[in-house]
Amino acid sequence: MSEPLVTVRNLSRTFDVSKPWLNRVLEREERRLLRAVQDVSFTIGKRETFALVGESGSGKSTVANMVVGLLEPSAGSVLIDGVDMASTKDPAKLKAVRSKIQMIFQSPFASLNPRWRVDRIIAEPIRAFGLMSDSREIAEEVGRLLRTVGLDPADGTKFPHEFSGGQRQRVAIARALASRPEFIVCDEPTSALDVSVQAQILNLMRDLQDQYGLTYLFISHNLAVVRHMATRIGVMYLGRLVEVAPGRQLFAAPRHPYTRMLLDAVPDLDMTGRARKPVLGEIPNPITPPAGCPFNPRCPLANGRCRTEVPASVTDALGTVACHAVTEGRLAA
Amino acid sequence: MTTPVLSVRDLVVEFPTRRGTLTAVDRISFDIAPGEVLGVVGESGAGKSMTGAAVIGLLEPPGRIAGGEILLKGERIDNLPLEAMRKVRGKRVGMVFQDPLTSLNPLYRVGEQLIETIQTHTTLTTAQARARAIDLLTEVGIPAPDKRIDAYPHQFSGGMRQRVVLALALCAEPELVIADEPTTALDVSVQAQIISLLKNLCKQHNTAVMLITHDMGVIAETADRVAVMYAGRIAEIGPVQDVIKRAKHPYTQGLMGSIPSLDATSDRLVQIPGSMPRLTAIPKGCAFNPRCPAVFARCREERPDPIPVGASQVACWLHSSDQEKAA
Amino acid sequence: MTMTTETPPVVPATPPRVTLRVRLAKAWDSDLAWSFRHSPVAIVATAMTVLLLTASLCAGWIAPQNAFDPAAINLLDAYTKPGDIGMGSNTVFWLGTDNQGRDLFSAILYGSRVSLFVGFLSVAFSVVMGVGLGLISGYVGGRTDAFIMRVADIQLSFPAILIALLFFGVARGVIPPSHHEQMAIWVLIVAIGLSNWAQYARTVRGSTMVERNKEYVQAARVMGRPALFIMARHVLPNVTGPVLVIATINLALAIIEEATLSFLGVGVPATQPSLGTLIRFGQQYLFSGEWWILFFPALALVLLALSINLLGDWLRDALNPRLR
Repeated sequence: MSEPLVTVRNLSRTFDVSKPWLNRVLEREERRLLRAVQDVSFTIGKRETFALVGESGSGKSTVANMVVGLLEPSAGSVLIDGVDMASTKDPAKLKAVRSKIQMIFQSPFASLNPRWRVDRIIAEPIRAFGLMSDSREIAEEVGRLLRTVGLDPADGTKFPHEFSGGQRQRVAIARALASRPEFIVCDEPTSALDVSVQAQILNLMRDLQDQYGLTYLFISHNLAVVRHMATRIGVMYLGRLVEVAPGRQLFAAPRHPYTRMLLDAVPDLDMTGRARKPVLGEIPNPITPPAGCPFNPRCPLANGRCRTEVPASVTDALGTVACHAVTEGRLAA
Repeated sequence: MTTPVLSVRDLVVEFPTRRGTLTAVDRISFDIAPGEVLGVVGESGAGKSMTGAAVIGLLEPPGRIAGGEILLKGERIDNLPLEAMRKVRGKRVGMVFQDPLTSLNPLYRVGEQLIETIQTHTTLTTAQARARAIDLLTEVGIPAPDKRIDAYPHQFSGGMRQRVVLALALCAEPELVIADEPTTALDVSVQAQIISLLKNLCKQHNTAVMLITHDMGVIAETADRVAVMYAGRIAEIGPVQDVIKRAKHPYTQGLMGSIPSLDATSDRLVQIPGSMPRLTAIPKGCAFNPRCPAVFARCREERPDPIPVGASQVACWLHSSDQEKAA
Repeated sequence: MTMTTETPPVVPATPPRVTLRVRLAKAWDSDLAWSFRHSPVAIVATAMTVLLLTASLCAGWIAPQNAFDPAAINLLDAYTKPGDIGMGSNTVFWLGTDNQGRDLFSAILYGSRVSLFVGFLSVAFSVVMGVGLGLISGYVGGRTDAFIMRVADIQLSFPAILIALLFFGVARGVIPPSHHEQMAIWVLIVAIGLSNWAQYARTVRGSTMVERNKEYVQAARVMGRPALFIMARHVLPNVTGPVLVIATINLALAIIEEATLSFLGVGVPATQPSLGTLIRFGQQYLFSGEWWILFFPALALVLLALSINLLGDWLRDALNPRLR
């Protein structure tokens, strides 16, 4: 098995959301820290699609931002093809790594500069990494990319607002492909799209992955979409990675109580009339998380140890889980 | 046959713009029986939110109802003067919006907003209204309601806020509640809670619900009947089992095939080519014809009216019994 | 899918170039142009502004007299009533003459030119400084932002005139007296420019902070684009909307500010009178009967400022997405 393309080790990120210094002094308040991501580790192999699933406050978008280099980690490291972007000082090396990574965002409206024409938007990675310099060549490449994502090369002269949401997302994908990346981070790429448009975009992304040998980090809150796209899935809750397992495995036999609860909460489209366990509580405030395992207030299997000790991640043949009930064998099949 | 709570007949909603008049809703008709949950499903631009806004009389000008009738328990409400409509709104028709953050006024306590609504539509005193408000908060599942009634909206989480909005919608015991994407802004686990709450409360109070959403899963869980909208028209309307499992309109079939599900085995999602037409360019005949895999000549010329097929109605020439369909 | 027998159209391999004609056609059809064509206020205001602008630019050709050349003025023409014939040069002075025999019509044309020159350049100065500082402040944030905004706050708590006067005084002390005359107009431009940059900075800072969090900026950062590039090429085109409106209204204010300073005697030198200087001259004679020396320059100033203001008002409403 070759080296994984992406290695994330003990990644953490804390935000200081305290009030301004003067207010704190006058009101005698403590510093407030938001631990958005705590001790997250995973690897992504070449041509694989790794999905990170979680609800709001889980920290999945923060992880994505750190992997791509938009945010600096507070602790831990991200290695892309063996290079750590946060600690590399050599600009040439940094540029080389950067050209291998691209990102696709959730909002088709805000991810394209409304004042730029589409051909300029798509050509930007080519120009930023100096891959081509002749403007005719660049124009041809832009035309080719537009056709690859299912748009007309003549659309290059239009502005983003002249396109629908799905078409804009295609433009964003064309831009991501322009620098011939190996690794694309997709942050909820279809959450803002209609269901039928989502189907087109997901199919397109899979075709492109086969055609270009791409590796994806796919962030989503939609379990059904993730089921369709991912080879391996990581479930996050309140900043921690609670379970990692191959796709089929996770849906067939979820182990962590949160994963089970999440799968249970997905609306039953096939109307099998399956019995549903009522879902308890809501996600706590990330600034004041519960002590011990973050899921313990809502967990049907919580015991004393869960309320005091954070469970460690345990990896076995089935995957990785961070749960006392699993390690203690208390989990019902 | 009991009078339906809501009866919409040939409703037309138009938007005059400087480029011409756009028809957002083009002659749709449906009924909602007392206590029934009707799901109105469609993608963005299909006109489902417009329909909800038209029923409750909250269309943003220059949008206006240009034709058809809306009857609440047999009485027309689409042509009422503003004052009369204001009395209907809240008392007989309640509304739940998508974003719980903006549905509640952040400057007023939750209790004040509830009491204000209760007193507008009933003759209770302030003390009685407050007691009723606390009862409602208990019903929607807010813990410690006698204390939380004096909290501000920002002190609640998203799911809790949506529960308060539900309480507000139900406080005057309306006959119909219109819920426009009530769970879209919420997390999946909270979504499940709110859906089951909506369902139970409406069963208890025998309130009919018009549930507008783009999420088929929510419909499958909650609705009794469902109407599928496309480009301002109803493509298919029928019992939820029929529409979801045995869809008859090609659009509904495409839609159901394109939804990824947890138990799917196939590798590719069904893809409907193209996209929903813009309001300025709705095709002649059946609005879906440019994208339909089973299109034939008649589809491009005549717009199909809903044709009864079993317990559903489908607006598609494929189900017409005429010989002309083979043309 | 239904099969068609037509051959698929030939699709060009590269996106076509956008010609100027296409751009103009699109602009004419836009919401803004339509709104302009249907707003009588906008059309009148623009017509008036353009008229005054052209007239003052062509002052050299249409003015009967070069008001800035002392040799062209005949003292015997002084105090001629509007419409009367001057005693010295035997020509009709339609708007009368001032105390030195200057034809008021010519003086107004030349004076407007000075006023507009100072107005445009000082607004340009404010815009460049204000937008630049606002962009940096909004994008970089942190201490830089706090510092720039505090300076802006402090400046906004003073009236613009006082700041201009302050700058003027400092400049006078620094520049040697021999250069006062020729530097006066530039000092004036910088003074007025410095007194008005803060509002641009504030507005642009707010818009920049909004744009900075949008995904297209993040996409550019992922590509490794340097901050300066992102600010200038990505953010700037998206934050200039309100700037245009503020600049238009500010132009009228700058002209009035210049008139005020000239009126107070610290503006342009007396040999190149602007509208404000003319008003200063005229004020002395208001009650002694020669009303026209004050009236016509003041009317010109009011018309200029009013038409620019109305244009700015219309522009603000037309560009406001909520009112469309």
